[in-house]
Amino acid sequence: MATVAISAEREHYLNKEYGIRSWLLTTDHKRIALLYLISITFFFFVGGFFALLIRLELLTPAGDLVQADTYNKLFTMHGQVMIFFFLIPSIPAVLGNFLVPLMIGAKDLAFPRINLLSWYLYVIAGVIYVHCILTGGVDTGWTFYTPFSTAFSNTRVIEAGIAIFIVGFSSILTGLNFVVTIHRMRAPGMTWSRLPLFIWAHYATSIIQLLGTPVLAITLLLVVFERAFNLGIFDPTRGGDPVLFQHLFWFYSHPAVYIMILPAMAVESEIVACFTRKRIFGYNFVAMSSIAIAVFGFLVWAHHMFVAGISLYSALIFSILSYLVAVPSAIKVFNWTATMYKGSISFTTPMLYAFGFIGLFTMGGLTGLFLAALGIDVHVHDTYFVIAHFHYIMVGGAVMGYLGGMHFWWPKISGRMYPEGWGRLAALLVFAGFNLTFFPQFILGYMGMPRRYWQYPPEFQVLNVLSTAGSTILAVGYVLPMIYFLWSMRYGKIASDNPWGAAGLEWKTTSPPPTFNFEEAPEVTWEAYNYEEIPAPAEVSVER
Amino acid sequence: MSDSPIAVEQHGPELLHHFVDAEQQRDAAALGMWLFLATEIMFFGGMFCAYLIYRFWYYNEFAAGSRSLDIWLGTINTAVLICSSLTVALGVRAAQMGKRKLLVVLLLLTIVFGFAFLGIKGVEWYDKYKEHHIPGNSFNVDDLVRDYPQLHIDPRHEQIYFSLYFAMTGLHALHMIIGVGLFVFLTYYAWKGRYTPKYYTPVEMGGLYWHFVDIVWIYLFPLLYLIDRHR
Repeated sequence: MATVAISAEREHYLNKEYGIRSWLLTTDHKRIALLYLISITFFFFVGGFFALLIRLELLTPAGDLVQADTYNKLFTMHGQVMIFFFLIPSIPAVLGNFLVPLMIGAKDLAFPRINLLSWYLYVIAGVIYVHCILTGGVDTGWTFYTPFSTAFSNTRVIEAGIAIFIVGFSSILTGLNFVVTIHRMRAPGMTWSRLPLFIWAHYATSIIQLLGTPVLAITLLLVVFERAFNLGIFDPTRGGDPVLFQHLFWFYSHPAVYIMILPAMAVESEIVACFTRKRIFGYNFVAMSSIAIAVFGFLVWAHHMFVAGISLYSALIFSILSYLVAVPSAIKVFNWTATMYKGSISFTTPMLYAFGFIGLFTMGGLTGLFLAALGIDVHVHDTYFVIAHFHYIMVGGAVMGYLGGMHFWWPKISGRMYPEGWGRLAALLVFAGFNLTFFPQFILGYMGMPRRYWQYPPEFQVLNVLSTAGSTILAVGYVLPMIYFLWSMRYGKIASDNPWGAAGLEWKTTSPPPTFNFEEAPEVTWEAYNYEEIPAPAEVSVER
Repeated sequence: MSDSPIAVEQHGPELLHHFVDAEQQRDAAALGMWLFLATEIMFFGGMFCAYLIYRFWYYNEFAAGSRSLDIWLGTINTAVLICSSLTVALGVRAAQMGKRKLLVVLLLLTIVFGFAFLGIKGVEWYDKYKEHHIPGNSFNVDDLVRDYPQLHIDPRHEQIYFSLYFAMTGLHALHMIIGVGLFVFLTYYAWKGRYTPKYYTPVEMGGLYWHFVDIVWIYLFPLLYLIDRHR
């Protein structure tokens, strides 16, 4: 693609074409990644808004800001927006979309038009869901448990169900594109054992998206059929079994947790290797642990149902299998830590997020083991202990990974550096705000405060006030990066092709990359993370 | 995947820019289609799972519901679908050999079989509607209770069978409709002569989809129609 440059400025994917059509009809994976970035950021703030309302309501023991019905809708829509419209697509659809072809040396994903279609499906689902919110919302809890969702709820369950059904297909198509791309589009010399661990984790994620999401789709469709056409597959008055719904729902929705955390682990591996300037310790184990998490992830779903009336024996087996997931997860944590050992660590913003990730993910994972134990689970089931646990994984893990990745690859995406000082400040605010928000919830849950209530006994107030205070700090920490990312697009320092001195094919092309990613097709002759051969960059300057 | 002279020779207008050669493009499409079919198996799998559990619990109701279906229409429909799979397979072969007219005829025949299947299915559903066997407020299986006294049918549980019947055959029919739509496109482009022995991937992929939908029916037919017929 060596065309004559018209202006003095180098041509890249951002300035090749202008105008709304060149974005809305693009098949360039990098532009689609940015379309996703804008849409999921919108939904992140929608979901965050619901979260703040929840925390404000819980500032006092009495129900004063909202009443029970509204509160039910708030936590339902907070969960559905954050999970289906933000976390599931966050890293795969933004960073994965942008980086998977770059990292394996391909010109694009295997099916660029299907990639664009997946974004349109996301937008259609988003519009339906926003319409659902604006016309009354939905109050079933994000889990759509029957028979409440099918027979009793008076809210817009059908609309929410259809929106999530459609957004599921967007997720399936992204996963399908990644698997085919990773299998068929690798550059010459890019063998499986030379793949960046980012790719391995996305491969595992995509497998879950492909095999799990269709089960959620059919489950929600049956709920919609039950409401709309009076079918009775989960209806207990006709002999249907609500626990069957729970089985089918969690068959997807537990692996969905790994759709959220595996890509964050993908980012983590890249950042840790780069800022310790070492090859990742135990490459093969980290790669295979991603696959192991994807496989085990499909075998543990009923640990969400220990008190739902499943047999003791199946609960026992699901409990043991749930413990097994800890093994590959721990392999990853230990290997990242071992990578840092005697590494040359620099405390840049992405690395701060990476440190935060390791700490918070470990806490989330270990409390997950508490919950996998049958006895403790019965005690803390449906309490704030569970809430704190999965927020440590999903927010402390997945969102930290997402933000770390956004900072790490922002120079590549935008061609500009973000302000390092503000970046570090925001990372610290997020870490502090997060812990202040969610650590008290562990204690609250252990003391017995149940989830999904708008009121609580006065003795829980102190910890709830702490939690709400933390959530405001967290909000500042999330708004800051959005502001300085936007600022840096115009005023940021021009980024070099490889500002971090990082390994990986994506750093060998220009920043931002040209439309077809590489001026000439790359050929890989080196192993992944060959940091001993890459000169370290000068100390990253802290500018404000 | 190298830039061998043969690969360069294969650069036709249908080769998209981001692929190295036609073989890579074909491989990608085939893998993509198989993965998509895997997701479809999981999609129908949810219903098959529900079917398995409820058939175990409510066997008598499932047997009575199954006997109330028209076995002749079901058998004819099975035959129709098997024939359509044959025309699809022959069509892929015709595309491979570059026989344009034969390909168009075979694709058209497939579409005709597809419509025949949907028509017969529609007749069966209409019969169920007349018999008040559609789950909901006007659901009534007094006729089944009367006809099969030895089965001791619980009418509430009978609704589960018919809920599954309509969900499964309904979603299968939806896949048939999508398939027919797909084949209309394929026929149009085949008629325009787009498919050659070097490039017939869409015909092959459409064929995979069609065979999949066919296979789903091959499972649905015995599971829904042939429960306890021998007694």
